[in-house]
Parts: sequence; C-alpha cells; structure tokens
Amino acid sequence: MMTFEEIKARLSDKVVGIAGCGGLGSNCAVALARVGVGTLIIADFDVIIESNLNRQYFFYEQIGQKKCFALKHNIERINPSCNVLAYDIKLDENSIVEIYKNVDVLVEAFDKAEMKAMILNTVLHYFPQKPLVMGVGLAGWGNFSLIKEHHFDNVYIMGDMTLEVSDNMPPIAPRVGIVANMQANKVLELLLK
Amino acid sequence: MKITLNYIPEIIDKETMTISELLDYKRFTFKMIVVKVNGKPIPKEDYPTTYIHDGDEVQVIHLISGG
Repeated sequence: MMTFEEIKARLSDKVVGIAGCGGLGSNCAVALARVGVGTLIIADFDVIIESNLNRQYFFYEQIGQKKCFALKHNIERINPSCNVLAYDIKLDENSIVEIYKNVDVLVEAFDKAEMKAMILNTVLHYFPQKPLVMGVGLAGWGNFSLIKEHHFDNVYIMGDMTLEVSDNMPPIAPRVGIVANMQANKVLELLLK
Repeated sequence: MKITLNYIPEIIDKETMTISELLDYKRFTFKMIVVKVNGKPIPKEDYPTTYIHDGDEVQVIHLISGG
C-alpha cells in the first residue's frame, strides 16, 4: 500500500511505451498520465475521424488532426508534468525496436490482429524480458465476465480473447475503455512492484 | 507424451508431433497466432517441421482484431 504522493514519486522516472493511439492507446495513456507516469512514448500514423469519437479520447474539434499530436495535447491539458514523446509513424518491427527499446513497459494498442501479432513477435525476438501488455478481445457490449487477464511469461493480455470486431460487433466506449484501463492497471502493477 | 499447453498439462497419445499437427489436433482455428516452444518463438513457416516432444512447454497465443 502507498499514498498517492508515494505512487506519483515512484512513477515520475518511469517510461511507458504505447503503440497505437486509438481506443486502447488513447484511454490507456490518459489513465497513466493521470496517475503520474513520468514519460509516455506514443505513436500512431492515423488521423482522427468522427467515428473514432465513440471510444477514443479525442474531442469533436480535433477531427482531422493526427492522433499522436492530439493525444499529446490532451494529456498535457490533464497533467502538464507528464512528458509525452509523440511519433507520427506507422510502426513496424524496426521502428518498434528503435522507439521502444528503453521503455520500462510496452503497451500494445493496435486495432488489427496482424499488427498485434507483429508487435508480439518483435518483442519476443528483440526484448523478451520487457513486459508487454496487450488488449485482445473487446468488441461489442455486455459480456463483462468474459474479460480476463491472461499471462504468458512477460506478456500480459487483457480482454476476452474471443469477440472480434465486425460491423455488428463494433468496438465502443465502455468495453474498449474497460480493457484500456485494465492495461493501465497492469502497467501500474508492474511499475510499482 | 506429456506436454504443457498454455500452462495446462496435456497428455497426447503420440510420441511426437509437429506444431502444425498439434494445432490441428487441438482445433486452433484462429488465423493469427504466435507459438512458443520452451520459451522460444517459432516462425510460422517452421510449424510443419518443428517437433514437440515429451516435457515441452508450448504456448499458443491467438490474436483478434479490435482496439
């Protein structure tokens, strides 16, 4: 147990990487900034569109902006002492190794299964000792009891691992937010250990 | 052979089998998976030629879209 002041002091020199600034990444980053993680390294190539606002931590007037820079701006409005490094880049194996090699914990926050597999393979190959916190299975609504934490060595997977997004099973705020905040909660657990 | 699959002990009535055969046998139908044997990630192209043996620790992690 720790007071919030102690928690903030412990987190102030920590560095967390967040790969993707969509539903998982934006919400997870905001939660980690609120509790005082010192440095967040965020990356995304995409631009905010109106349909993103059903779950992502952006505002209507930010439509058209780059997600990575808009998220940095929103975090600075919440906690100006959080140092945010924003990369406007489509992450791949090389850039993940380059950008995230020194982070304490890495958060996977992609939407596509192919990208989730890519970052998992990259971490297992280049830095298997680094904790990777993933979000897998968050589509739709309800089904709370399906959402669990799964653990494979240094890889922690939050989600139901079952419900994939589709037209009739979209990713929407409550369930995406639950998984994003479970990821943030796991990051804290790892950082405060 | 007796292996551990995703941390659960599993007895299979064969002395050895490839990763491809194991995935068929366990009916893993997810398209996007990552396989580790004894902590080592195995590239997809090696699934038909990588053999699982008694005592091996196998992890099959499947990934689905959404984020």
